[in-house]
Amino acid sequence: MESTILILLLPFFSFLLLGVFGKWFSHKAAGLVGTAVLAVVALLSYQTAYDYFFLTERTAEGALPTLIPYNVTWLPFFVNGLSFDMGILLDPISVMMLIVISTVSLMVHIYSFGYMHGERGFQRYYAFLSLFTMSMLGLVVATNIFQMYMFWELVGVSSYLLIGFYYQSPAAIAASKKAFIVTRFADLFFLIGILIYGYYCKSFGFDFSQEGFAAGAAMLPLSLFLMFIGGAGKSAMFPLHIWLPDAMEGPTPVSALIHAATMVVAGVFQIARLFPLWIEYAPDTLHIVAWIGAFTAFYAAAVACCQSDIKRVLAFSTISQIAFMMVSLGVCYEYTTGHEHVGSLGFMASMFHLFTHAMFKALLFLGAGCIIHAVHSNEMSAMGGLRKYMPITHITFLIACLAISGIPPFSGFFSKDEILTAAFAYMPAMGWIMTAIAAMTAFYMFRLYFGIFWGTENKELHAEHTPHEAPLTMTFPLMFLAVVTCFAGFIPFGHFVSADNMVYDIHLDWNVAGTSIIIAVASIFLATYMYIGERQPKADALAEKFQKLHRWAYKRFYLDEVYQFVTHRIIFAHISKPIAKFDRRIVDGFFNFLAWGTNGLSTAIRGFQSGSVQKYAFVFLLGTLALLAIMIFA
Amino acid sequence: MDYSQFLLMHEELSLLAVILILFVADLFLCPDKKSGKGIYNTCLPVVLLGIHTALNLLPCSCANATEAFGGMYQYTPMMTIVKSVLSIGTLIVFLMAHKWLSRPENLVKQGEFYLLSLFTLLGMYFMIGSGHFLMFFIGLELASVPMTALIAFDKTKHESAEAGAKFILLALFSSALLLYGISLIYGATGSLYFDEISVLLDGSAFSIFGLVLFITGMGFKISLVPFHLWTADTYEGAPTSVTAFLSVISKGAAAFVLLTVFIKAFCASDLMYSWNTGLYWIIVASITVANLFAIRQNNLKRFMAFSAISQAGYLVLALMDGTAQGMTALVFYLLVYMVSNLGAFAVMTSVEENSGKILISDYDGLYATNPKLAFLMTLCLFSLAGIPPFAGFFSKFFVFMAAFKAGYPLLVFIALANTVISLYYYLLIVKAMYIKQPAGEAIPTFRSDNYTRLALALCILGVIVLGLGGVFYNYIDLFSYGV
Repeated sequence: MESTILILLLPFFSFLLLGVFGKWFSHKAAGLVGTAVLAVVALLSYQTAYDYFFLTERTAEGALPTLIPYNVTWLPFFVNGLSFDMGILLDPISVMMLIVISTVSLMVHIYSFGYMHGERGFQRYYAFLSLFTMSMLGLVVATNIFQMYMFWELVGVSSYLLIGFYYQSPAAIAASKKAFIVTRFADLFFLIGILIYGYYCKSFGFDFSQEGFAAGAAMLPLSLFLMFIGGAGKSAMFPLHIWLPDAMEGPTPVSALIHAATMVVAGVFQIARLFPLWIEYAPDTLHIVAWIGAFTAFYAAAVACCQSDIKRVLAFSTISQIAFMMVSLGVCYEYTTGHEHVGSLGFMASMFHLFTHAMFKALLFLGAGCIIHAVHSNEMSAMGGLRKYMPITHITFLIACLAISGIPPFSGFFSKDEILTAAFAYMPAMGWIMTAIAAMTAFYMFRLYFGIFWGTENKELHAEHTPHEAPLTMTFPLMFLAVVTCFAGFIPFGHFVSADNMVYDIHLDWNVAGTSIIIAVASIFLATYMYIGERQPKADALAEKFQKLHRWAYKRFYLDEVYQFVTHRIIFAHISKPIAKFDRRIVDGFFNFLAWGTNGLSTAIRGFQSGSVQKYAFVFLLGTLALLAIMIFA
Repeated sequence: MDYSQFLLMHEELSLLAVILILFVADLFLCPDKKSGKGIYNTCLPVVLLGIHTALNLLPCSCANATEAFGGMYQYTPMMTIVKSVLSIGTLIVFLMAHKWLSRPENLVKQGEFYLLSLFTLLGMYFMIGSGHFLMFFIGLELASVPMTALIAFDKTKHESAEAGAKFILLALFSSALLLYGISLIYGATGSLYFDEISVLLDGSAFSIFGLVLFITGMGFKISLVPFHLWTADTYEGAPTSVTAFLSVISKGAAAFVLLTVFIKAFCASDLMYSWNTGLYWIIVASITVANLFAIRQNNLKRFMAFSAISQAGYLVLALMDGTAQGMTALVFYLLVYMVSNLGAFAVMTSVEENSGKILISDYDGLYATNPKLAFLMTLCLFSLAGIPPFAGFFSKFFVFMAAFKAGYPLLVFIALANTVISLYYYLLIVKAMYIKQPAGEAIPTFRSDNYTRLALALCILGVIVLGLGGVFYNYIDLFSYGV
């Protein structure tokens, strides 16, 4: 367990090495260094997981313990005994996240070797990947909310750097700025939440058994909700989701790592981390989170049905799936222990879905990367009929589509089924809503699948050069993730992660599972019926008939335009400009006056420094006498 | 007599051993006048001083607080830390003085430089470890007389000689006042032992007079306003390496002694109030006046003199809180100030030795010709100005925290406002290096010698690593003590 510190330090050193001395490395060497370091990190993570889950002794009640193998006080406060600590905390969810992050990151490192081949700034790319991995790992193993916040910001910065990797493209620059500003705006609320939390509960730590929490109970719902806003920014919950589709301007492997598998689940992880507090002190607020999640899931699924850029479809599907996890956490209503803990089943379901989703969504994005690599376009119109040219990509992509649609025996089925069960247990209406969204998921994923691999071939494009399968460095991660997707569902996940850290046996509720399978299959058939053919008269007719609705959904319900209007026309024009004027005239004027005064005084007193020793001694003596007068008569 | 008592003074004794070895080595290993080669050249003193510091820092040598020779000599583990800080600082000064000492006119007398600085250091050691005013005074004089010789080291130069003369005259003047203060204290209590004084001293005007004169004497060494007037002239005239030594080592030792002697001898509760009132005005005056002067300087050494006066004000700010926390803040500030200031001086020496230029306006466009040096200088200046995440931010933070906790929010506010002014003048240099176009020729590109590089590396490492405030702060905190 002591070696866990290396999990953080190794990527950090590789970041420094590649970042500072990158130009001394050849592309190949830089890629190898980055990948080798990540391989070691992944091995260490697996070893930690093995040690933790199988070799660590459980507590008397049978729960997995929370271990802190490493902790230092970084900045002590002198009041209230508060301090900022840095350390490593191992508990079921952090260990699970270690596996997810290091696995996906390793796959992306390998994949990038092929995908980024010959790009300018290859070393810089690997340096940023290392930085991101370090930050994300630091975030999940944080021992306290403040450390989490620091790494949270680092994650935001590295995401910014990676989205804007192609810094010569204006779209990439705009997207990176947008991502940074939107998430940073949300993080402000997170910080306020942390401050309220620290002030009232007298703690930044995650040990919720202290008595301070009862004292701060009145403020906890507010503080937790503010923190959730921060999480909603990172996890792209409505209405803070607007940055994620644009973030697809970054290199595709980056989208797979950051904007599908790891960073975007930070908000979910944050709620899971503070889950005991939510359920104990703020269950009503938690349900608000559930409804926000449900609306986001619906909205994103609706938009995904009408997009034509394949990465955008995947981006909206990510938003929708993360919203599933949010819903799953939000529908928990009691902190029950024991075998039948229905009230907090959602916790386990959410973490399970996080795990499976990370794998199959990374797979989808990496597959999309292969396709874009082959046809040099993101638009579905440039694709079609690719199944003949790219068999490996085709099969693995299909597996991922089946998984996300919830078809057994692929992993997504099991985790989504647990989410639906939890939703039905909370409120049947919520259960049905989520089932309907699951059906939409299956529909738009297969619309995407048929659009890429079946349908009309783009003959003009193929005339120039025939699409071909990607090299092994790119297909190996696909195959690896596909295998994981096939079998991850059979992991007895409840044995490792559950709300109370005890063993929980997952058992399928066949009413729920049956319904969802039937609906999913039906949607897939509908998608097949509409999109498999060379031409798609039905789909076009439908789009024609509901022209307005289609247009709105295609334009993402004009939310970006609303943001533009609010920020530019209202905030910038009517609030910022007058403030800027005030700042320039009055505030700056005041300080200019002060500076002018200081300068004048400085000129006035320079006669003291005359250079004559007699005068110095005289001032010295006068000073002594003045001091004497002050000290005696004060 | 129990000779084992000498073992308690092993730090002083080992430094004395270093001095004696160097003294003998100076006779036999003096470098060839023409080639300038020879083992004695920087290497030997640095290695010996390094060994000395390492020995002091060995865990087993940090004994518990004790005293020897009937209370003449007192020891607490904190002193080991401060002495080590001082000796590391001296070591860095040796490193960066290498090029200057290799000049033909200095080559023969470089042994004197090492001996004189080490004697000064020894005097500081004794001053720190003293338990009796006589011992204290001998230490103080041992630390100032060789200092004069160092300042006048370039004796053929008019400025150097003048600086030495000014320094010795005012040092004598302040020593006289200090002695007068000690005699007053003796008159009030009948004793010169710190332990006895602390019991017998009361808040009468008589004893306050003694305290004032004591503060005056130390204020001269720390160069606090209004006892600071010698500083700019002396700093300007002295050789740059000596200025570095003067601005950090001598100042730091005196500030620490001011606090420890206060804790040991003057901590009577009646005196506490007048002590704080006195310091209050000294701090306000030091920080503000020095800043106002610093704005107008063009000679970098004069500039650093005023910067050092202002930094001394911040250093003394920690003394407002006479508790253990104040001492920790003081020592941490001293450590950070040492690396930042010596780093800036290392760059200055390097530039001066290679191009002979020392004015701020000469630094215009330095970034274009010597980007690395300009960058390191920027780091050091940022640390001096207290910009996070460099060490200087944390040291200022802890000092402010100590003063704030002692109940002086207004003072902290004044100090904060002054950091803004100080930021302005530190950035003037950064602006000169990065933005301004040189009027004539910029300083040509040159390569610093390896000793200077090592000194710079040590300083920059300190500036960055000490920024991880808490760890080092906590370590120092383990040993500190207060009223």
